[in-house]
Amino acid sequence: MTTMVEETQTSAAQARVFNETLLSVDDISLSFGGVKALDSVSFDIRKGEVRAIIGPNGAGKSSMLNVINGFYHPNEGSITYKGTKRPEMRPDQSAQSGIARTFQNIALFRGMTTLDNIMTGRNTKMHRNFLWQALHWGPAKAEELEHRTIVENVIDFLEIQAIRKTPVGRLPYGLQKRVELGRALAAEPDLLLLDEPMAGMNSEEKEDMCRFILDVNDEFGTTIALIEHDMSVVMDISDRVVVLDYGRKIADGTPDEVRSNQGVIDAYLGVSHD
Amino acid sequence: MQSRCMKSGSSWRRKHDKSGLKTPKGGHLTSRIRATSDRLTFYATVATSFRTNNNRLQSEKNTSDETGSQRNDSAAAPSIAYVGATIRFLSGATENDAVTVSVDISTYDTFPKLLQYNARERGQMPAMREKALGIWQTWNWAESAKEIRSLACGLKALGCNAGDKLAIIGDNRPRLYWSMAAAQSIGAIPVPVYQDMVADELGYVLDHAEIRFAIAEDQEQVDKLLLISEGHEPLHAIIYDDPRGMRHYTEDYLNSCDSVIEKGRAYDAANPDFFDQSVAATKGDDAAVMAYTSGTTGRPKGVVLSHTNVLKTAYNAAVRENLQETDNILAYLPMAWIGDHIFSYAQSYVVGFCVSCPESPDTVLTDLRELGPSYFFAPPTIFENLLTTVMIRIEDASWIKRKMFHYFMEVARRCGPKILDGAPVSVTDRILFWLGNILVIGPLKNNLGLSRVRLGYTAGEAIGPDIFNFYRGLGLNLKQLYGSTEASVFVTIQPDGEIKPDTVGTPAPEVELRIAENGEVLFRSPGVFQEYYKNPEATAETKTSDGWVHTGDAGFIGEDGHLRIIDRAKDVGKLNNGSIFSPKYIENKLKFFPTISEAVTFGDGHDYVSAFINIDLNAVGNWAEKQNISYASYQELAASPLVYDLIAEQIAQVNADLMKEEKMADSQIHRFLILNKELDADDGELTRTRKVRRRIVAERYKALIDALNSDQTHCEIETQVTFEDGRTDTVKADLEIRNVDVTSNEAGTLARHAAE
Repeated sequence: MTTMVEETQTSAAQARVFNETLLSVDDISLSFGGVKALDSVSFDIRKGEVRAIIGPNGAGKSSMLNVINGFYHPNEGSITYKGTKRPEMRPDQSAQSGIARTFQNIALFRGMTTLDNIMTGRNTKMHRNFLWQALHWGPAKAEELEHRTIVENVIDFLEIQAIRKTPVGRLPYGLQKRVELGRALAAEPDLLLLDEPMAGMNSEEKEDMCRFILDVNDEFGTTIALIEHDMSVVMDISDRVVVLDYGRKIADGTPDEVRSNQGVIDAYLGVSHD
Repeated sequence: MQSRCMKSGSSWRRKHDKSGLKTPKGGHLTSRIRATSDRLTFYATVATSFRTNNNRLQSEKNTSDETGSQRNDSAAAPSIAYVGATIRFLSGATENDAVTVSVDISTYDTFPKLLQYNARERGQMPAMREKALGIWQTWNWAESAKEIRSLACGLKALGCNAGDKLAIIGDNRPRLYWSMAAAQSIGAIPVPVYQDMVADELGYVLDHAEIRFAIAEDQEQVDKLLLISEGHEPLHAIIYDDPRGMRHYTEDYLNSCDSVIEKGRAYDAANPDFFDQSVAATKGDDAAVMAYTSGTTGRPKGVVLSHTNVLKTAYNAAVRENLQETDNILAYLPMAWIGDHIFSYAQSYVVGFCVSCPESPDTVLTDLRELGPSYFFAPPTIFENLLTTVMIRIEDASWIKRKMFHYFMEVARRCGPKILDGAPVSVTDRILFWLGNILVIGPLKNNLGLSRVRLGYTAGEAIGPDIFNFYRGLGLNLKQLYGSTEASVFVTIQPDGEIKPDTVGTPAPEVELRIAENGEVLFRSPGVFQEYYKNPEATAETKTSDGWVHTGDAGFIGEDGHLRIIDRAKDVGKLNNGSIFSPKYIENKLKFFPTISEAVTFGDGHDYVSAFINIDLNAVGNWAEKQNISYASYQELAASPLVYDLIAEQIAQVNADLMKEEKMADSQIHRFLILNKELDADDGELTRTRKVRRRIVAERYKALIDALNSDQTHCEIETQVTFEDGRTDTVKADLEIRNVDVTSNEAGTLARHAAE
């Protein structure tokens, strides 16, 4: 990397200050029977930032994402989204409200093409009903063209033109992940939740994915909350990191602060009990 | 502090795709391809083939490009669903004889003047196409000319004057082609460079050509230019086409293409006479372009070609091949390669045909299918890759399709050439051939996007007889040509009806050929280059004072007037027993096997011939899968004893082949090894056009060559690999060396006698 560009980038990094809160979770507790998955966790996600949620296995990260997504309903606590306290919500309602996500295990329609899969991301924005769409005429057609334009923009953005017409099941894992990101992007979300977007990828695919995540954040100003295990990736791309351990929040701050936090080091490396 | 640095980072950039499609064979287009068909006697036009026609493209709507979808699924697996096809019988010549190369290139003797002619005479004809958001966009000649005018004025506004050099770096994009004409309009000289050059090489070219202006396709190329500018004279201005990812760059000499066009419009409004005067001032003898050759030895050399060189050569070839303004071509080979410059730029300006740019390097095959070009150039590797893809997919198809495919391809191989040559063919065979065209060959050609190819060229390397037979069976008018950057491409072309397996054709119009006493091929033509930029010694070495150019290739002209190329003159050597050793001749025989992607043979000054082999990961990988051989990497596959067995068998076949030829009987391969890494241009082992740099390979792998010429059965080797960003790493391995059965010379002679 050139020093020139590095300087530019670094100064840009320093300039990244986020004041407006997009979403905050307050005192969220969630238990499955006797297991406390989340124990009064509070943190906020500010508009425009890349927010990482990290923690050892079973720390409650995915549960947290599922709570935000409306898939789980917390036993206690509240979620404030875009300034208003959110009532209990189904996942489709939260999708309507501008929250899109990807999954830890790829959840695509394997027999459908990349294009069609990404098109399903537009589902919440389609206004014509089933019958209109089946007719594929007049307003329904115009609407489809409009959606298709957005989908094509996503395809262009993710550089997956070559697999536009390829059934997703035939694609390698790394590309499937990219298609899934594409589907989430097609919904033009305000908040994008990524559940381990880089799990199981080789280093080249990881680099690609990092670049896309940063580009999404940069070009569209999309707020991103991601769960990731690869620490170097997390430290490199996120603005702030929240650390969970056994359902509790143990640290929250910039990557540097979190890195030097003793509690986090203990949680990750283990601590001797003598 | 660290966190954001990665954003623009080249470290986040992927290493370049090295698939065959991006790596053409260029430079010297020595070619020994087995000949091809020039004309089809029968063919069937299938209903779906009409879907790829031009008019449709222009009106194609978002949702209507589904045409590809169902074909995608059946790609290369022709199905009987095509039976309901329209059948057209064609026999003999069907070419449209109207000549439409109407322009007088002595009046319109430069690119900008030709552009004005085209904008005036065929303003509404399509000139360029590009896919944006999945839809083909077309610019006609008038629109192109307008864009170029703005771009030219914009360059002027940035401070680019006559004589300045403009580096062009990126994939084939309309704006990059336009920038070439824009630079030429104001007397500046475009210098297209290979987009996958490593920073070091690019830096050399920028320095050597004293480049002050550059137009780059995207952030990746801009990063490379910025990286280079650290140790060099900074560029005066960099223009980028794709603004993605560029918003955080604060360098004031970075300009988006749009802003330059804006500036150009303003400049044009303020100085309305400037552009027309500049164009009028261009002369045919001015330097039109500088093409840096990849050179098998030493630093790249900048070949300076004048407008007349390029246009005259392009014109002559276009007239000879009867190119039409309705033709169209897909521009997918690197812009820095002179071939692309001639086919996709010069000939388009001379003839007025449309040039389409692929959506991305990965979509070339899809784009080919959608566009159905009528004029097509591909180096043999691409034909090989296409065939490999077809074969792999056929193996995955249902048994009935597989049976049909193999049966009718056999029919095509058997009687296709005969029908082309007008030899007698039985009625049964004719009917079978006709049926095969409907059921298999027509749909297959359509699927490959080759249905409408009226003229196809291949050159650069030898093409395998199997591959040749395959495409000949398909009925493609594929020809070999021979040329070089120094000749503005065309030296010889195979004339229609005289396509022979072992020649590269007869001299192109206005080209004189001569064979020197040492067997080297010399030529003289209107296309002969002006000079190597700032390298008078090399110029004097290559070009004689009376205009003859040394090609460095050994060859001879047969009684039929066709040129045949044997090898690079300097590569032809002698074994210790005095018999002749032509490495390329043997290597080509080896590379005809789909499993062998690259081979380097050694014999000059040795007792016997030995070989390095690179296996083809696709073909061998597929084979390994069928044999239940598990492997995790190229290295592992290359070291497998079973793969060694496979290759040894194939080398034995080559030996048997060599034995039949008196001169080559001593050149049989005695020992070989499979390299643990692919020879790579990034490591300097191949040129950018993927030719082996023998000296470098011989130097780097000296230990291995010594081992091959001893009786060792193993040899340890440490090799260095270079990544595109300049980082290096070493790979260690213990390579097996195998002996191959060789038929002894006496036995060979006996066998020959017996055969006689």
